[in-house]
Amino acid sequence: MSFSSELLIKVLVVLATAPVMALGLTLLEVKGSAWMQRRPGPLHVGLRGFIFPLATAAKYFQKETIIPKDVDEPVFKWAPAWVIAAVVGLFTIIPLSPTLVVRDLELGVFFLLAISSISTIGVLTAGWSSANKFSLMGGLRAAGQLIAYELPLILSVVGVVIQAETMSTVGIVEKQIEFGFPFVIAGQGIAFIIFMIAATAEMMRTPFDMPIGESELTMGFMTEYSGIRFLIFYISEYINLFVMCAIASTLFLGGYHIPLLPTEWVNFYGPLVLIGKTFILAFLLIAVRWSFPRFREDQLQTLAWKVLIPVSLLNIMVTAIMKVVF
Amino acid sequence: MEAIDIFSYFLLLLLLLSGIKVVTTSNVIHAAIFLVFTLATTAILFILLSAEFVALVLVLVYIGAVIVLFLFGVMITRAPLGPNAELDNDQNKIFATLISISIFGIFTYILLQTFDSTVVIREGTSTKLLGEILLSRFVFPFELVSFVLLGALIGGITLARKDNALMDEDQI
Repeated sequence: MSFSSELLIKVLVVLATAPVMALGLTLLEVKGSAWMQRRPGPLHVGLRGFIFPLATAAKYFQKETIIPKDVDEPVFKWAPAWVIAAVVGLFTIIPLSPTLVVRDLELGVFFLLAISSISTIGVLTAGWSSANKFSLMGGLRAAGQLIAYELPLILSVVGVVIQAETMSTVGIVEKQIEFGFPFVIAGQGIAFIIFMIAATAEMMRTPFDMPIGESELTMGFMTEYSGIRFLIFYISEYINLFVMCAIASTLFLGGYHIPLLPTEWVNFYGPLVLIGKTFILAFLLIAVRWSFPRFREDQLQTLAWKVLIPVSLLNIMVTAIMKVVF
Repeated sequence: MEAIDIFSYFLLLLLLLSGIKVVTTSNVIHAAIFLVFTLATTAILFILLSAEFVALVLVLVYIGAVIVLFLFGVMITRAPLGPNAELDNDQNKIFATLISISIFGIFTYILLQTFDSTVVIREGTSTKLLGEILLSRFVFPFELVSFVLLGALIGGITLARKDNALMDEDQI
């Protein structure tokens, strides 16, 4: 198969998978929250609630796109594009099996960190170009939060990279198979917790949703968005949830592998295993979202700079020493 | 001409146009966004030269951190939208042109002198090799640079910090 047709197929598969996963996670979130709060709506209405994500998507599609008069139009219109492009770009390095991966980059983990930082630009320009005080406040909070939590996200992954001696995502999974235990048990438990906290903050999900804060900032940087552009922000939040959980399961939970299954069949069960692990992690984050209240802004910054970053630096030091000793 | 050459020339054109837009636009945020395009095309050119690591560092550090801090700064200080008249100053146009042309000349001369007949493209840059070189042959400059950065960091904090006596422990 030629390079261009292979590329085309891969791009089409990713573009088809991303919204499907987002719909699945929306369903999980809606049903999970309804289950936790004993709300009958999403559990029983409309084919036992399964029609809900499609109904939401249809609603946003037929909504009118409103662009306020004073906005900076090109910047305002293109802001959602930054976010979704960065998020979908991360599908490149998610391995569903040793061969079922868009591209097993030598610098896979580094690619993740570089590309995920692009979506910050979308959030900031959305907040600034809306010509709205609430949006601007949301944008400022988002900037402070995303800069602060990008560091523990990067630093927690460094421990894994030191232990696996590679940055390729397939390589990291193979190392865990070779080792017999996933990294979350074999030494990187603290890094896993830090990664999940930092990833939740990067996704701006409760309890880290200060930039959105619907009760105080009326959706923050998304205030002025409506219709299809709001849908893009909304769907990229769930694609991001999928991507971050998939990467966490790849780096820490053994990715596409579970013990006792024959490795020659990995192309068949690999995708299912990875998606299963991803949805379990996503359910964890959904449970957190519907259990905890929002942080105060200064507590949020304190947690990042005074707790997570020092602990992750310590984790790197300890991992490096253990690597040299053993 | 191969497809990759056409692609490279297209990228160079894009780089040039967005670079010109960065300095000519009178809207700070637009300038920042065109700077993102400039940096992104540079990163793609590095990938075409199989220098993946440099490309990703460019994206992580410049797009992910520098531009974001830049936007952050603009949002804090210059909230009103629209073009800014202060940015359109043309009093030093001749001087600026002279400096730009001389910098371009010096760089072209140095690059041609150094790399004129050498082929620097290798098949795949090994990041491991880069790391080993950084921590063996270039360990002294590497540590020196980090020391300078640490100094700058401490200096910045010292300058921005309020007087200790005035600050209550609770207000930190």
